Amino acid sequence: MTASALAPRMPVWRQRSVLPGFGLTLGFTLAYLGLIVLIPLGALFVQTAGVGWQALWAELTSARTLAAFRISFGLSALAALANAVFGLLVAWVLVRYTFPGRRIVDALIDLPFALPTAVAGIALTALYSDSGWIGGLLAPLGIRVAYAPLGILVALIFVGLPFVVRTVEPVLRELDGELEAAAALLGARRWQILVRVVLPPLLPALLTGATLAFARAIGEYGSVIFISSNMPGVSEIVPLLIVVKLEQFDYAGAAAVATLMLIASFILLLVINLIQAWTRRRHGG
Amino acid sequence: MEIQVEDLTKSFGSTLVLDRIELKIREGEFLGLLGPSGSGKTTLLRVLAGLDWPEQGRVLFDGVDVLDVPLEQRPVGLVFQHYALFPHMRVFDNVAFGLEVMPRRRRPPKQEIADRVERLLELVQLEDLADRFPGQLSGGQRQRVALARTLAIEPQLLLLDEPFGALDAKVRVELRRWLRDLHDSMGITTVFVTHDQEEALDLADRVAVMNEGRIEQVGSPTQIYEKPKTPFVYDFLGEANKFDCEVEDGVARVGNKALPVGRRMRDGPAVAYVRPHDVVLRRIDDRSRSEDAVLPGEATVRFVSALGAKASVELSYEDRLVEAEITRENLAELEISRGKRCRLQLRLPHIFPKDPS
Amino acid sequence: MAVEAIGRRASRVPQVARPVRLPLTEPAPVRWVLIGAALAFLLFFLVLPFVIVFTEALAKGVGVYVAAITEPDALAAIELTLLTAAIAVPLNLVFGVAAAWAITKFEFHGKSLLITLIDLPFSVSPVISGMVFILLFGLQGWFGPWLAAHGIRIVFAVPGIILATLFVTLPFVARELIPVMHQQGTTQEEAARMLRASGWKTFRRVTLPSIKWGVLYGVVLCTGRAIGEFGAVSVISGHISGLTNTMPLQVEVLYNDYDFAAAFAVASLLTLLALVTLIIRTTLEWRAGIGNWTAEP
Repeated sequence: MTASALAPRMPVWRQRSVLPGFGLTLGFTLAYLGLIVLIPLGALFVQTAGVGWQALWAELTSARTLAAFRISFGLSALAALANAVFGLLVAWVLVRYTFPGRRIVDALIDLPFALPTAVAGIALTALYSDSGWIGGLLAPLGIRVAYAPLGILVALIFVGLPFVVRTVEPVLRELDGELEAAAALLGARRWQILVRVVLPPLLPALLTGATLAFARAIGEYGSVIFISSNMPGVSEIVPLLIVVKLEQFDYAGAAAVATLMLIASFILLLVINLIQAWTRRRHGG
Repeated sequence: MEIQVEDLTKSFGSTLVLDRIELKIREGEFLGLLGPSGSGKTTLLRVLAGLDWPEQGRVLFDGVDVLDVPLEQRPVGLVFQHYALFPHMRVFDNVAFGLEVMPRRRRPPKQEIADRVERLLELVQLEDLADRFPGQLSGGQRQRVALARTLAIEPQLLLLDEPFGALDAKVRVELRRWLRDLHDSMGITTVFVTHDQEEALDLADRVAVMNEGRIEQVGSPTQIYEKPKTPFVYDFLGEANKFDCEVEDGVARVGNKALPVGRRMRDGPAVAYVRPHDVVLRRIDDRSRSEDAVLPGEATVRFVSALGAKASVELSYEDRLVEAEITRENLAELEISRGKRCRLQLRLPHIFPKDPS
Repeated sequence: MAVEAIGRRASRVPQVARPVRLPLTEPAPVRWVLIGAALAFLLFFLVLPFVIVFTEALAKGVGVYVAAITEPDALAAIELTLLTAAIAVPLNLVFGVAAAWAITKFEFHGKSLLITLIDLPFSVSPVISGMVFILLFGLQGWFGPWLAAHGIRIVFAVPGIILATLFVTLPFVARELIPVMHQQGTTQEEAARMLRASGWKTFRRVTLPSIKWGVLYGVVLCTGRAIGEFGAVSVISGHISGLTNTMPLQVEVLYNDYDFAAAFAVASLLTLLALVTLIIRTTLEWRAGIGNWTAEP
């Protein structure tokens, strides 16, 4: 037995493999990712850090910024809630019932993903303005949708619509019908079965979908700026605030607000991952 | 080609999967690696194949260490457990694959490839299925395609990972015989992995029984069945009844007999292993002498299953259960039925020291 | 006595005279109400917005419609949109395949971090996606002075638009391929290697054919987003009609100029494209059995 036979043969941080291209593909991946995503994002953080705590704090606590966050997060939360309720309803109807055109409806759910946000923006504005098909019906009732916070809510519901549906659908499909039958045989009535047997396994997916919708809504720009009156303090969302600051060449201010937004997004991402990890632990993956 | 495995050691994380394995595989031999899952047999096969590397040790093909030789230059073929046929290629293209990806210099002309593929398909009796896709084949057919595909590159060492694991019992037996015939006619050194002892004993020239990364014993099927070296080997190859006994001065007291166990076994508690078909049932009042060990006390019959040629009798003796296999004539003769009491006589016990754990 | 008592109690168990229906689903009226409510919701939030694009586009007649989409600025916008997609999608396709290969065929530390990093563009607001390039390449950005000195324009020019689109559409192909390739494992490639195929031949002949549906699906998603991206491109574009407007930006410009019919005309093209994307996606899903494994932003 020679000395070489006793020496370790494998690099420590990864397993040696017979498949080729590890160095090439990983190297390219990291370089590409670094160039396109990491360095630009890094620039943002550096820019923000370079501003100094005082200025940063002043920026983030200015009335306009606070109002924008309040509007963005508040309305996004409401939209996520609405999407949770109606998304669950839509997913239920699509999975559990049959009706003519169900497949087409199912395919249409992805429309907000596929449609450019600007198109959604002008379409919703046209629809809900005072002279629009729906806006026109609501105006006599004193309900303004376009150019009012309600319009922003409508736009945010639109963009978040597919998230809850698409997250809940697969879970709903995989639900074991035997559980409901067992509950029924034990004497439960339908609404009891729904609340105690069907709903609990859906909750994590519902929560994930709603959080995803929320995360999307706070960053939404295109669909909102057309239907909103975009008035600072009243209907100005955070992304618009960033754009305004950019147009005024207030890069530092824009970077500060953007950083705060990113931190919020990452926290949400973390929450989503935690929910999914918790689900996996609880239900054995 | 002769293979020598020296001091092969490998861990996955903190688990030792191969523990200083030493093995010699003879030219043209049909060797079985037999063991339960986790025994390291598949890992050893993969190291031989070149798909995995040990932390320590050498693998010699005809005296040359091949662990650092690139896969393309190793003369090895591997048939995967689930065949790994390329689903988007027809059977013909699957078998031809190894020939078509050869570097241009060495690649045979198209017509020759077609001829060789056809001959191989004839060899595995699938010449009519050349245009089918793997998804359209049965398990046994896929297996044969995988074999043909591997033979196309003319390996000097053929490796098979649980070749019959995914097949029905009937297909399994047919393919076993067929594979054995194929090996005998081609003479390629072959190593296969299995957890099925019946398969290993039926097919192989020699069997290496593995357990927890170690080779417990290597030998011909007869050798390891009749002369198991460790309790694990005994247990793995068939049913085992275990009886406590004492070893003193090279002699084990089993029942009313003193059996020599050789100088090497230390004094102390030991276990006598007996196969069900070596357990003989005697009437309570039978006082005749016997060469075999007769156990003291009585056993009570708890269960009788008389389907098939032999009868299985489960008895309770002292605080344990004993499985006996007797002929149906014997069953009738002794009037064995539930609750009947009888005495136990043990043929050919294998004595092993008792494991302190 | 006790036995008799039990007997009497037992006889009081009601005998079921007719079969009892198990409540395995909601009663019919409830079902139809739920279906109606779901469809109504979808009508107001999905269908009508979709329909109104076309009605508004054609509100002033087909002639005006055709003129709007063949107008030079509109054509320039279409051209720029297609150019952007033609550059961004292939680049992100190569990235997606490389990343998926590295992640699914090998074991190494830091894999989940890498996957999270690839998902980053999804969690970043489009406006921020565009903004980071202004911070890098704008006049006051890190490279601003250097670029100005060399006469290279990135921000408010086409390169900036392409960069922003690259950022936003980066994860699409990778996200589709990673689960697909993960599920397929490494056995096929190992088998090919055992048959002495080189690395490249293994990838081309064995891996590629088995991931083609995943690649197609990812490319469709990536293209759809590249064409429709608004927020990121809006920030970095400069909105110069005829030069730095993609189709979504052109929609915005026309709309802000109160040229509603023209805006909706261009929007209708985008909507048709979205519809085509949806149809292709649905067909691919039905064909190759690729389910929606997670919601995509």
